Amino acid sequence: MTDPYPEHMMESVRRVNATRDERKDMEFDRIPEEESDELLRQWHPDYRKSDAAFFRELAVGPAKGKIVPTEVANVLEAHPRVNPSDVDLSEVEYSTELLVIGTGGAGLSAILWANNEGIAMEDILVSTALRLGDSNSKMSQGGIQACDGKDDSPMIHWLDVLSGGHWTNDRPLARDLVEKGPLAIKWLESLGATFDKEQDGDMQLLMAGGASRKRIHSCKDYTGLELTRVLMDEALSRDVNTLEFCPTVSLLTDGSGAVAGGLLWNMETEEYHVVRSKATVIATGGFGRLHVAGFPTTNHYAATCDGLVSAYRVGADIIHMQSTQYHPTGAAYPEQIVGLLVTEKCRSMGAQLVNDDGEAFIYPLEPRDVESAAELKEIGEGRGITTPTGQDGIWLDTPMIDKKRGEGALEDGLAAIYRLFTRFGIDPTEYPVLVHPTLHYQNGGIAINRDTQVVKPDGSPIENLFASGETTGGVHGDNRLMGNSWLEIVVFGRKSGISAAKHAKKAKMPKKSDLSLAHLDKYSKELEEAGIETERRTPIILPNYLGENTMKATGYGKEKPFKRRLDLFA
Amino acid sequence: MSQNQEVEKKDQPESEMATIYIMGKPYEVPSELTIMQAQEYAGYRLIRGVGCRGGYCGACTTIYRKKDDYKLHIDLACQTKVEDGMYLVQLPFVPAQKPKWDLEELEATSEEVIRIFPEITRCVSCNTCTQACPQNLEPMRAIQAIRRGDLEQAADLSFDCISCGACSARCPAEITHYHVFQLVRRLYGKYIQPKAEHVAQRVGEIEEGKFDDQMDELIELPEDRIRELFLDVRAGNEFSLDQNSGEE
Repeated sequence: MTDPYPEHMMESVRRVNATRDERKDMEFDRIPEEESDELLRQWHPDYRKSDAAFFRELAVGPAKGKIVPTEVANVLEAHPRVNPSDVDLSEVEYSTELLVIGTGGAGLSAILWANNEGIAMEDILVSTALRLGDSNSKMSQGGIQACDGKDDSPMIHWLDVLSGGHWTNDRPLARDLVEKGPLAIKWLESLGATFDKEQDGDMQLLMAGGASRKRIHSCKDYTGLELTRVLMDEALSRDVNTLEFCPTVSLLTDGSGAVAGGLLWNMETEEYHVVRSKATVIATGGFGRLHVAGFPTTNHYAATCDGLVSAYRVGADIIHMQSTQYHPTGAAYPEQIVGLLVTEKCRSMGAQLVNDDGEAFIYPLEPRDVESAAELKEIGEGRGITTPTGQDGIWLDTPMIDKKRGEGALEDGLAAIYRLFTRFGIDPTEYPVLVHPTLHYQNGGIAINRDTQVVKPDGSPIENLFASGETTGGVHGDNRLMGNSWLEIVVFGRKSGISAAKHAKKAKMPKKSDLSLAHLDKYSKELEEAGIETERRTPIILPNYLGENTMKATGYGKEKPFKRRLDLFA
Repeated sequence: MSQNQEVEKKDQPESEMATIYIMGKPYEVPSELTIMQAQEYAGYRLIRGVGCRGGYCGACTTIYRKKDDYKLHIDLACQTKVEDGMYLVQLPFVPAQKPKWDLEELEATSEEVIRIFPEITRCVSCNTCTQACPQNLEPMRAIQAIRRGDLEQAADLSFDCISCGACSARCPAEITHYHVFQLVRRLYGKYIQPKAEHVAQRVGEIEEGKFDDQMDELIELPEDRIRELFLDVRAGNEFSLDQNSGEE
């Protein structure tokens, strides 16, 4: 059989093979707290608040003075993509009760529940950057949490959410999240979603990291795919009115600061569509494709923080944006799967993280941020492995699983991982696989209240504007637990649909003559006054992977900073 | 290890280049790239034919032939490496209208599915769909299962379907498999798979307000107390606001 890795990597594989026997019964000490704190401080990107390459204080806008990742500051401290003088707002193409922006789990839930609340489908217009349903929601594997187990309760789930979020969560939002959990599951079940169940219909509940009860509801390891396609099918069956490949590039206001609709950009015909609406819901998802701190990502192509940028320019506050979730084991080779998740279960079953010299350098089941920092240290100090496309990584010694648990253990217990790598000629029972921390989730986002109204820094709502899902912040605090994101998009997606529908029923349609993009001019002026000179124009809609950018996906580390970092604005 | 060796080891070998033909035009691209990345490397700004970039969304169905190989291959552009001499085009879209249905008014029977999709009775079991599937599923078997009345098996066989449309683009009977399977799975999930009673029960308890008082009190507690309560439930104990409070 031919070697699955290029020769320079095979040399390293042979060093890993040579130490496997002696590592088999190796006892790891959990690293002491002072040491893990030091590791995090030195190597975890979230702890580099004072390093301008990683974080920057916002110089403009409603959250001016808050510290956010540099990539987020870059999209916020940028000129509007739209030049207001290029747009004729008197040509209103659509007048609609409700504009929903984004069609992942949150957007789809919002559409269906607004319809349930009495807004006709033809009175809901949907804007989406790619196709209906293209989203991170669809890529989720693990499952959805809800407190319907016999030994569970909303209180216990709430405590877990708070613990996961390092006690920084918006408490009432977290309460709404857990209390509506069982209802979310019941709704999905009634729409015909196929959950993993026992013969009698009881859910096969699983444990999530950081949870104290079994609470994960799954649909094999395609939970997000199953739930998204059920919601899509229901929306399509109700004749949803979607403008695909038409992202919203700016909100419209009525001149008084109230939101009055959106300006959509048709990527195929390259023209603007002016949409006037009584209520608008932002459900555009997260920011993985900004490659925060230079990381590869698990996120889909259009996860570029666009809704947050639009909301910020009409005065929305943003919260918890200083914290980003990295998963320690994203695939780093082959190139086709860089960034994709390699489940934590590999390490639960005995796989160790091993460096270029064949040394295991950390207890494999430290918290995710500590594991990630330890890998980055090895790479940063020259003990990582570099692939032909320049991606750094660390070995995850998967053959150890069968060695410890007997032949067949990996294939039985980790069928998806086995498939993932054998597809590319790498048998993970014989060869280690290369991993690197991967950017997984935007913990913070647009500030909302319990009605999902978007709020300003003083807590007052922005008139006619609602938001739900990963684009919002608060409910997860500084860190989200597995399975709570799908719960969030169903619970708050639903809430945003209902709230926006109720609002639209009593609101007046904005006057055509009042439609305005003046807030963009004001924003540009603010940039100028703050002395920010930049060519950047946002929202970016899609990352730029053209030409040489294709080859410089990602990279991390102070000593060889960002050698593969994307120039998103090239 | 000396500094020199370290540097030498970090030297990356030069990428090998491959010539691929995108809609007939040749481009030199690094051979490690996926079809999707190779198109971007060549300068194509992808809008259609790209989505999750991780093998889940089915947007990047690509048809290609290899050098000296008459066979027509179908794969996902984001999950397939380029090869020298590859001739390719992406399917930007598969024209297959999805019929609308109200699940509440349907029965979970194969007759119902055939009423909506009569063309599935034209399946000649040629298995072209199965050969086209980039997920290595067996759409032909699933269609036959529906005809036999076994919706459960059809739902199971099609569960990993990502709706890329490769099967439907190739089917001589002009079946739109992925829409058929979506209906079958929803009918199965709603009417055949038994309901989770414990979920409905918990919804009832929450709606009756069973937990309201405790939640009202819990979310107002100081952080120290919340941490204690968390450690208590984490240890497997039942949740109780009274527990331990006497010790404070």
